Amino acid sequence: MLLNASGCLDALTAPDVARALDAFVTKTVTPLPRDGNTPVRIAETDVGMLNSIGLANPGIDRFVTRNLPRLGELGVPIWVSVGGFETDDYAEICSRLDDHAEVSAIELNVSCPNVEAPAESAAQIVAAARLATRKPLWAKLSPAVPDIAEVARAAQAAGADGLSLVNTIRGLKLDARTLRPVLGPGQGGLSGPALRPIALAAVATCYRATQLPIVGMGGVQNGLDALELIAAGARHVALGTILFADPDAPARVRAELHTAGAERGWRAYEDAYAVAHEEALSVGTTLDDRSSL
Amino acid sequence: MRRERLKVVAGEEVGPYTLVRIERGGLDPGAPGQFFMLEAPGRLLPRPMSLCLAPRGELAFLIDPIGPGTRALCAMEPGDHLQVLGPLGNGFRLELDRPLLVGGGIGVAPLPHLSEALKQPPAVLGFRSEWHAQAAELVPNAQTCVEPTLVTQLIPEGMDVLACGPEPMLEAVRAVAPDAQLAWEAPMACGYGACYGCAVEIDGELKRLCVEGPVLCAA
Repeated sequence: MLLNASGCLDALTAPDVARALDAFVTKTVTPLPRDGNTPVRIAETDVGMLNSIGLANPGIDRFVTRNLPRLGELGVPIWVSVGGFETDDYAEICSRLDDHAEVSAIELNVSCPNVEAPAESAAQIVAAARLATRKPLWAKLSPAVPDIAEVARAAQAAGADGLSLVNTIRGLKLDARTLRPVLGPGQGGLSGPALRPIALAAVATCYRATQLPIVGMGGVQNGLDALELIAAGARHVALGTILFADPDAPARVRAELHTAGAERGWRAYEDAYAVAHEEALSVGTTLDDRSSL
Repeated sequence: MRRERLKVVAGEEVGPYTLVRIERGGLDPGAPGQFFMLEAPGRLLPRPMSLCLAPRGELAFLIDPIGPGTRALCAMEPGDHLQVLGPLGNGFRLELDRPLLVGGGIGVAPLPHLSEALKQPPAVLGFRSEWHAQAAELVPNAQTCVEPTLVTQLIPEGMDVLACGPEPMLEAVRAVAPDAQLAWEAPMACGYGACYGCAVEIDGELKRLCVEGPVLCAA
């Protein structure tokens, strides 16, 4: 499946882009409405972009009454990204979503770099959410931890059905003239090409640690980038920053993914799943029937 | 929402700015004040630019080379190609009795197209130097001033003001013309409502400029 990374698309403003995906992931919803952080909120760097939006969202009440019915009419499965500041926030929102048939899955954002992190661990949040909903639960993890395998195993033990890897990593950009932070809140989350090797490593590590289904994301620009995430152990791939530059990216990346798979001898690109964990091909034998390489 | 790969026709120097002319392809020029996202060669994110002029078969953008993206855009050669998305956002409301265009610096960018649509109404333009003021030649019927004189000193009473310029200028215009239509600017990653990066605080509320603006009523 091809999805969007949470916070990188508004399906109500750009429904055609959302319909080009296999599932739409909402911007993170919190218990109360949030305006988000003080502008400036985005900045480009030489290797990616920084954002500090700060979970701007209408809050769960308005989301359920106003946004969700309209999202349900899109004709695309809806994943709701859920955020909060303590475990109870996550549990409350999950239980509010549980009865809504429009919601296909819930992604627990336990790793936003732009708001104060919940004190509880990812596993505690997953456990609380697990008690509150029967929906599939995907835990979105940060790669900025000493041992992501440990976090992933704890999330699995707490009842996560899958992992979303990775969230952005905190970065800082200074104005070249004033030497002061460009972003209003100072620091922000780094996304884009700089994140790609980090995402690949996190996907590979968590695949080995849990064998849970993974949505891989981080710096995907084209079909080959997506194929590499699949090879590292991602069942699905999400597009983030590339959607900002190219709203036609879903169709393009999908087409490139098929081509990139076929060029490497895979009948379907899904067949490349986790192939990075198999022993390397010995040159001269298997490569013969993959001569298009 | 339409995105096309278009060919650069010319880049013309206008003082410190460059007027980048691009083949229009199948894109609609849109209403004055609307904008396009232009691919900035070698950069990750496109840059938002309001349309300056819509010559037959072309789209023209006045660009100030202030950073790596805008410098790359100004350096494009005839025959180069770039991705263009648009038109985006909301432009100026044009049913007005006594329109007056007010521009500051690179904020004059959307005024030539706007002037044409309003049949060349009077304009007052402010610049930081005579060199920058060369951009005034793009706007018919314009009275120009250079710092320390400010455009707000040139705005007569009772006019329907349409303004674009730096934030302090827009705030000052709003103080003397409370009903003015103001075209705001903010860094944008996407231009189509996806990134929430272009939120600006106006009247105590955060607004997504690309969707709710860039032209907003002051009142």
